[in-house]
Amino acid sequence: MKPSIEKLAEKGFLFSALFSVSITILIFFFMVFFSFPLFKGGDIAKFFTLEWNPYESGFGIVPMMAGTGIIALLALLIATPFGIGCSALISVFSTGYFGRFLRKVVEFMTGIPTVIYGFVAIFLLVPFIREIFEKGTGMCVLSASIMLALLILPTIILFISNAFNAVPKNYLDAADSLGATPAQKLVYIIIPLAWKGIISALVLAAGRAVGDTLISLMIAGNALQIPKGLSDAARTLTAHIALIIASDYESPEFKSIFVCGLILFIFTTLIILALRLLGYLKILRNR
Amino acid sequence: MNRFVEYQIKLFCWISGIILICTIGILLAFLLHKGFSSLNLPLIFGETRPLDGLFLKTRVVDGLFPAIVGTLLLILTSIIWAIPTGVAAGIYLAEYCNEKWKPGFNLLLDILAGIPSILIGLFGFAVSVFLHKHLSEHIYPCFLISSLALACLVLPYIIRTTEQSLVNLPFFIKTTGLALGASRLQNILLILIPYNLSRIISGIILAIGRCAEDAAVIMLTGAVAMAGIPDSLLSRYEALPFYIFYISSDYNSQEELMKGFGACIILLLICVFLFALSHILKRRAAKRFAIHI
Repeated sequence: MKPSIEKLAEKGFLFSALFSVSITILIFFFMVFFSFPLFKGGDIAKFFTLEWNPYESGFGIVPMMAGTGIIALLALLIATPFGIGCSALISVFSTGYFGRFLRKVVEFMTGIPTVIYGFVAIFLLVPFIREIFEKGTGMCVLSASIMLALLILPTIILFISNAFNAVPKNYLDAADSLGATPAQKLVYIIIPLAWKGIISALVLAAGRAVGDTLISLMIAGNALQIPKGLSDAARTLTAHIALIIASDYESPEFKSIFVCGLILFIFTTLIILALRLLGYLKILRNR
Repeated sequence: MNRFVEYQIKLFCWISGIILICTIGILLAFLLHKGFSSLNLPLIFGETRPLDGLFLKTRVVDGLFPAIVGTLLLILTSIIWAIPTGVAAGIYLAEYCNEKWKPGFNLLLDILAGIPSILIGLFGFAVSVFLHKHLSEHIYPCFLISSLALACLVLPYIIRTTEQSLVNLPFFIKTTGLALGASRLQNILLILIPYNLSRIISGIILAIGRCAEDAAVIMLTGAVAMAGIPDSLLSRYEALPFYIFYISSDYNSQEELMKGFGACIILLLICVFLFALSHILKRRAAKRFAIHI
């Protein structure tokens, strides 16, 4: 091909790459641009107060931050033992038929749309939770975190089981020749060697849990309060963004969702940096 | 470690595996049980005659047809934006990018891949507000904005699959063409990309799946409950995921609810089909590499 075409193509490739990464910067820029008037006006402190009351100009987003934190943390707490258990089953205990089947199921789970989890939960889990607590609507922190745990489980399981499989084979062979049982191999060799992988999986899952919109929007109840118990309704940052549809683009109410967006963006960046620090991002990219 | 603890660990792992499978089983069984009876032609076409609806002669009012068409059009449009950009950027990262710039590109792309979809939606919404204020009064959140936002959402996936599939090629394949006198561009376009096509396509299909399932982006950028089939890029539209969300919060009758379950099954079938297709292609690609190496 002519050298000029080569040059042109290279420019084109470079331009596409620059365009793609500039989206990230643009998103950050837009979040700052739209929430900037609030920073400048000096009433940013108001946003970090407890009260959300648009009629008396209280736009505190602390309840939403608390809701996000509590729901995501609870989901992680539920999902972690299951995640480690299932990945140990896949990589260590049942490498035969059942393990392969379980892995297929988990891979299949990554293909189920979030909105379907939410939809089924409304008619299956929520009535059940309502019966248990015997008060409220059943749309509460507990229901949301159970569904969220189910949503992030595939991420956790696939990531941890990849980390387990990456343990050098000769270590395992050595353990085998010393007569170690599978459980001993898991506790004394695989987990100590793969702990970074486990932490990375949890960090990644935390990112997914915080970033998910539909489940918390559909089944967390969306109440504007700091949840005090498992049966309380709560609202997350993501659901808050989805719920505020202000027609008046100049109102502080509308601008406050960009502060939420900025917080989520910074959180995502921190997650990515943490994953880099752990050195496990390569596995993620390869998937 | 005594035998009892070992036994407990093993038991715990098996129980967690079985609980997981049962949960998913119950979930799917519930969905199928509830929605199976509503899976028929009236679900899709309402009271319109199917053929009239299909060829756009009559507007389908109370069926899922506009939502399904909306979703498919949306996927198609966003993929048209995302594929050229994504593949080109992937080629750049794999073949041209120098080591000084690479960490920066990687960091920004990783952040883009990790950004919650609602934030991409908010970005699209902000862009439409910005354009509304500064460019034209007629720009509102619409089909065009949605498809662009969805393209942003799936761009990092397409870039990564393209890049990884090029980087992971065996050395002799990368160099044979060059040794025979092909230029760099010829080598990429005529040898590396065709050789890798099934892997790249599997990544693209996965990206299509993400377009199909995402509700958070389209919720903020112009999907509405009743709009019919979009007639221009600047009109509002219906989409399956949004329809499901809408029904769950705002159904008036048992009949509507049943339609919600039907919509769930259709969406699930679309996603599972795409997912399986991508899986098969990936596996075929893996087999092909196994022979060569």
